[in-house]
Amino acid sequence: MLNFTGNAIAKIVVHLHPAPPNKEPGPFQSSKNSYIKLSFREHGQIEFYRRLSEEMTQRRWETMPVSQSLQTNRRPQSGRIRAVGIVGIERKLEEKRKETDKNISEAFEDLSKLMIKAKEMVELSKSIANKIKEKQGDITEDETIRFKSYLLSMGIANPVTRETYGSGTQYHMQLAKQLVGILQVPLEERGGIMSLTEVYCLVNRARGMELLSPEDLVNACKMLDALKLPLRLRVFDSGVMVIELQSHKEEEMLASALETVSEKGSLTSEEFAKLVGMSVLLAKERLLLAEKMGHLCRDDSVEGLRFYPNLFMTQS
Amino acid sequence: MHRRGVGAGAIAKKKLTEAKYKERGTVLAEDQLAQMSKQLDMFKTNLEEFASKHKQEIRKNPEFRVQFQDMCATIGVDPLASGKGFWSEMLGVGDFYYELGVQIIEVCLALKHRNGGLITLEELHQQVLKGRGKFAQDVSQDDLIRAIKKLKALGSGFSIIPVGGTYLIQSVPAELNMDHTVVLQLAEKNGYVTVSEIKASLKWETERARQVLEHLLKEGLAWLDLQAPKEPHYWLPALFTDLYSQEITAEEAREALP
Repeated sequence: MLNFTGNAIAKIVVHLHPAPPNKEPGPFQSSKNSYIKLSFREHGQIEFYRRLSEEMTQRRWETMPVSQSLQTNRRPQSGRIRAVGIVGIERKLEEKRKETDKNISEAFEDLSKLMIKAKEMVELSKSIANKIKEKQGDITEDETIRFKSYLLSMGIANPVTRETYGSGTQYHMQLAKQLVGILQVPLEERGGIMSLTEVYCLVNRARGMELLSPEDLVNACKMLDALKLPLRLRVFDSGVMVIELQSHKEEEMLASALETVSEKGSLTSEEFAKLVGMSVLLAKERLLLAEKMGHLCRDDSVEGLRFYPNLFMTQS
Repeated sequence: MHRRGVGAGAIAKKKLTEAKYKERGTVLAEDQLAQMSKQLDMFKTNLEEFASKHKQEIRKNPEFRVQFQDMCATIGVDPLASGKGFWSEMLGVGDFYYELGVQIIEVCLALKHRNGGLITLEELHQQVLKGRGKFAQDVSQDDLIRAIKKLKALGSGFSIIPVGGTYLIQSVPAELNMDHTVVLQLAEKNGYVTVSEIKASLKWETERARQVLEHLLKEGLAWLDLQAPKEPHYWLPALFTDLYSQEITAEEAREALP
């Protein structure tokens, strides 16, 4: 029987049946308690509970062969029956645990010392940020760029809001230029437009290591326009972010979208996506934009969102 | 009589004093920037040392990763902000989480048509582990959550919804407000929910319940079962526990790759 209570410290209580008369010999003949309480101070209770429930259902221990050493080495010691085999395993586990504990505690110690130094860096950066704010324009562009790159290295959020290229740095500028090379062909293959999620996967899969963080990608893309590169970042009303070729004009795609929808009478995002060979996400954005521009209108029912040519506009 | 503090002379003097203060200000910031640069180099060395001793620990030990992340958060540092950051470069934490991000995106895309873009953390965990293969490092649910939090920056609608002791991961930009979330939490118990259940547990009017359920249907997050006894059942495929062990088909995998 298992009981899962959700308190401040999560606990799992395992209730024990009384020992049956025909119980196989084991480390203990019986227990003086009728339950075991497991406390989870930090994490792990959900996973543990799931696995424990699984094992309680499968009861694999009932079908496992009893070890040979149990039969031959039975020696009653102070009321308990123990087997050398199990003691040997326990000892090994204990040694391993001690070794791991030693490694971990050393790692934690070193980590704590490292964090103290890191905190000093954070304090220093705050103090510099305050100085910059006070000076209101007396800090050079160069100094700002240097400061930003220091923050980037440490992973400290930029406290100074006055920024020329978003929160981008030299690194992001370089990255933006690289992206043009990487994305030109894939974009052309996909009709000139890709969602940022697609770009993230594509770029990182290609890199294999030294991957970009999502923020790296976004910050680099924010600089595309300012650097006058042939790609641009666009954010739809829904919050979906895409990269487009500068030559791509989504508004021009709307005319052909309208044609496609008219040919079929009406289309859902999924149907349109399949016809045109786009991802459903971008197909939906295109149809929504067409609706916003007045070319399409919607039929929103529980059966789905369907788009029709806007006859209110064309036939009055 | 000589009046102090007024007149062109006084103004000019004031300006000069201000300029001198500003100058000092410039020098101070420059000093501090130089100081930061030096300390940064020192820190980099310390981090390299730490990495040479404990890099493996971070990669192998999910618990240690949690400690590491929590400590960073406490002091105001985000080790995952950039692949160019020291933490990423030297400890390899970046690659670990950014790659995990890619795997999460791919799993969610592959399963979207089944569950509308909503998946339990458990199922996501299982599918990601399968995709990683036997020899990959162990990833914990905590790791997934952190990777997903970073993915939010990409604007494609990733969000984390707490339900019944676990989490639902949303991977599409569907609008889900408090009402929707609370109904999802109610459905978590049985995998489905009914209007009567909502009215009884949440004390809502019928219309409010119906609107929420309709929205979930429209977004493809819920399926309508009109043949259920007594009243229609609204099932959430995201919560079907039977789907946990189902493989991602080859076609679904193709759909997922850009």
